[in-house]
Amino acid sequence: MEQTQSFRFFNRGPSPAARLVFFSLLSLLLLFVDARYRYLESARSALSILTYPLQRVVAAPGALWQQADSFFTLQSNLLRDNAQMRQQHTVDAVQLQQLQVLQAENQHLRELLAVQQHAAYPMQLAEIVYVERDIFKRKLFLDKGAQANVQAGQVVMDDIGVVGQITRVYPWLSEVTLITDKDHSVPVQVLRNGLRTVVFGSGDTGDLTLRYMPNSADIKEGDILVTSGIDGTYPLGLPVAKVGHIERDPAYPFARIQCSPVAGVDRHRQLLILSGLPKLPERPEATVENGADQSKRGRRKKP
Amino acid sequence: MSDFPKDQEFLLPASNVFIVLSLLAALLLNWLPWSGIWLALRPDFVALVLLYWCTHKPYRIGIGMAWMIGIFADVADASLFGQHALAYTVLAFGGIVLHRRMQMFDLRQQTLQVFPVLLLAYLVYALVHWQLHGYVAWTYFLGSVASALLWIPLTLLLQVIRVPRPDSDDL
Repeated sequence: MEQTQSFRFFNRGPSPAARLVFFSLLSLLLLFVDARYRYLESARSALSILTYPLQRVVAAPGALWQQADSFFTLQSNLLRDNAQMRQQHTVDAVQLQQLQVLQAENQHLRELLAVQQHAAYPMQLAEIVYVERDIFKRKLFLDKGAQANVQAGQVVMDDIGVVGQITRVYPWLSEVTLITDKDHSVPVQVLRNGLRTVVFGSGDTGDLTLRYMPNSADIKEGDILVTSGIDGTYPLGLPVAKVGHIERDPAYPFARIQCSPVAGVDRHRQLLILSGLPKLPERPEATVENGADQSKRGRRKKP
Repeated sequence: MSDFPKDQEFLLPASNVFIVLSLLAALLLNWLPWSGIWLALRPDFVALVLLYWCTHKPYRIGIGMAWMIGIFADVADASLFGQHALAYTVLAFGGIVLHRRMQMFDLRQQTLQVFPVLLLAYLVYALVHWQLHGYVAWTYFLGSVASALLWIPLTLLLQVIRVPRPDSDDL
């Protein structure tokens, strides 16, 4: 064995170029399979068991620093915060009272109308473990995963509004795509007049856009956008964004509308995961071949 | 730069444990919670350490190892399977091609040789992203410059660890 090894002067396996081609093709194949078919999720969660402890180790110094920081908080600061919170609490309590009255009234009206009840959604508190290290994406990782019954598609919010949506679940972690992620869309309604539209992320923190709104659309600066509940992914009536700047240029068919998220998308450490959204009935299948033609014909017949 | 041991003979042979530990340390550095402008300026430590071993020990750390580390980076970064792996494969190939040339140069000249290879790896990563998502964040390429600037300190650090210590029992 020793001898055969010592005589292997030039035998080093395949040449670097051959290896380059082999591993590049392998990577491209994996990329294709992962991007198109998502077959590799189980392999990913299996490998994440190996990387998870390392990532926790790396995140530890930051957490430790925060703990040390909170330990050395000045007493005067604590007193001031405490006083502030007590004040806030009284204000909130009054509002909560009003809310309860409104809730009862609303429930009563809904019963009268025989409308399907909007259940209070069960929530789970989760903590942000770390933020995305990829500059292209706006994502977070929370410390609740498949072990805590988190499912992909659930909505994540803070105490004010929608923050994002769970897009991938690992055994002990889940990945949240923020609403500010590039091209992430949320179906919304303008709170003031019920105008339905879709708000898109722009890939930049603190920036959302409303596309495809005609110049004449009834929308003003300062309007609040809430989820419309259409499509069943987001529950009805969660605040999403506030309209910031509107630019109506007659040269373009659509107005340019900038919004900013209501929730602290890049601020908090604890977030809420909403679960138990009501299942909507299946959307009827559109006939593939000449669905468009039929609808046109149908429209022509009607008038 | 003259007192710096340029010849391989002055260095201890790199043990497998040392190579693996250095790669692990680089992975951990990459996974620190970088954010904002620091994320754009973050040098890719894994790419640098891989390139160091590919240029200094091309028969120990090669394209296969680079590919495996890329897969781990993909899992940790939640990028698509093969995105980092493809970039690191190209990087390792560049390192192996360069490894004879590198021995003739001092560190400053090496930096100039290393930069295009790093840029190529960054380009591959961005290209895959562009193909799949249709846009590229240009600040991303700042990282390749930062990585190239880190080549000298990193090489010095890894060499210093490999310089034999004088034995106290000798005299």
